[in-house]
Amino acid sequence: MEIREKILTFIEKNSRVDLKQLAIMLGMEEAAVANELAAMEEEHIICGYHTLIDWEKTSIEKVNALIEVRVTPQRGRGFDSVAERVYNYPEVNAVYLISGGYDLLVTLEGKTLREVAQFVSDKLSTLDSVLSTKTNFILKKYKDHGTVIAKPKEDERMLVSL
Amino acid sequence: MRNPLSERITDIPFSGIRKFFDIAAEMKDVISLGVGEPDFDTPWHIRDEGIYSLEKGRTAYTSNAGLKELKIEIAKYLERRFQVSYHYDTEMMITVGGSEAIDIAMRAMLDPGDEVLIPQPSYVSYEPCAVLANGVPVIINLKEENEFRLTAQELTDAITPRTKLLVLPFPNNPTGAIMQRKDLEAIARIIIDHDLYVISDEIYAELTYQQEHVSIASLPGMRERTVLINGFSKAYAMTGWRLGYACAPKVILEQMLKIHQYAIMCAPTTSQYAAVEAVRNGDEDVISMREEYNGRRRYLMHRFEEMGLSCFEPFGAFYAFPCIKEFGMSADEFATRMLQEEKVVVVPGTAFGECGEGFLRISYAYSLEKLEEALNRMERFITKLRQQK
Repeated sequence: MEIREKILTFIEKNSRVDLKQLAIMLGMEEAAVANELAAMEEEHIICGYHTLIDWEKTSIEKVNALIEVRVTPQRGRGFDSVAERVYNYPEVNAVYLISGGYDLLVTLEGKTLREVAQFVSDKLSTLDSVLSTKTNFILKKYKDHGTVIAKPKEDERMLVSL
Repeated sequence: MRNPLSERITDIPFSGIRKFFDIAAEMKDVISLGVGEPDFDTPWHIRDEGIYSLEKGRTAYTSNAGLKELKIEIAKYLERRFQVSYHYDTEMMITVGGSEAIDIAMRAMLDPGDEVLIPQPSYVSYEPCAVLANGVPVIINLKEENEFRLTAQELTDAITPRTKLLVLPFPNNPTGAIMQRKDLEAIARIIIDHDLYVISDEIYAELTYQQEHVSIASLPGMRERTVLINGFSKAYAMTGWRLGYACAPKVILEQMLKIHQYAIMCAPTTSQYAAVEAVRNGDEDVISMREEYNGRRRYLMHRFEEMGLSCFEPFGAFYAFPCIKEFGMSADEFATRMLQEEKVVVVPGTAFGECGEGFLRISYAYSLEKLEEALNRMERFITKLRQQK
């Protein structure tokens, strides 16, 4: 693996790792790792450092939905301009262009069901190029970003073995 | 009543870790660095194949030597990874872990009084297996100054007219030592000159961090003198599946197979089907686990350095073998006290042979968080010992 791949593979799972510790584990100089990280931020290879939260365990209500959207692509700009219209809404978490039965997959986070419903009916459906929408509410998250949310894994090995 | 037991078996001591297991079992918040198996789960696609084989009702015996499909895949794997070629049908058998292979190889090759050279520190089963096979174990004490490699001189010094077999346990548990090609070439010359055989336990072959593992069977003239043992436990995190294999020239292998046939019948069928998937599509898993171990290994070495604990850099398996002679107590005492005072489990080097005195086996088959916490405790313990001096 090349250096960048190694760094990315590691921080994708643990972005909070201490720089010094990361350098030790990669067998690199700390400054060299810092430079690579800065360069990859500059090049927008690293686009952010987020936190994976299980909101279910808090008292804060969140409603998540996946919305399948069919749109008319625009001459000269394809799907990009409608995608941009959609992703500019702050309640939109992610927008993907999808192959298959529909065009855009929009993930949304709202406080209540009504809030999500209103967004879909008032904002999303009314866009000129949007032909239809289909809203799927997320009932439970089992795994997100490669991490099993439901239950942390216990170490079941014997304490000592040879 | 007559004594129900054989003298030979009662003369063999129990392994040296029972005590730590018993103490640790009574304690809360113990962190262990004492485990000899991967912390990863078996990759899902491999488990899935095991489940699938059960769903399809593949619950019967396989042939004694193991599934043909699996042996063909292993032959391809050994060729592509270690440049050794074995005929799947006549020179290979699937065993219940590498452990069974060690046992039956000794039983197939030893006559009463034959001497077996066993370099130590090393895995605990070679010596008892040699005894149970009527052999006479002859221990070669490896040295830290040689980074616990077996040197040609040490080997030559241990050879007598009764010597028949050398056990070659590299990459090594507990030291993490590896043998480089030039080390093996020197050993091979002596083996050939003295007309000896080798049991090469290569169970950690996939876990080397500086260079690729070299199998002694790949050296000229050595294939016909070697029983190569490997398995799925360490490379694919499959310890509980109990699956290993042995490769050897036909004359040896068919006798090993005889013992296996009468004593075991065949390796677990479910495990064999899962293993087909492992060896066919598991290369990526091995690479990513190795990368992960390597990062932890570097971190561990760095922490030892910070603590001022002397430790040669291990390039294989997932163990480090730091020296604790400066504290003026035995490895057993150190490990016992560290468990009692800081609740960290490590295995004293003496569990792997007398020459392990003054050393500890530290396993890094743990998540970084666990490793960090355990090493913090260890550092505290060491600091306290130094202050008391």
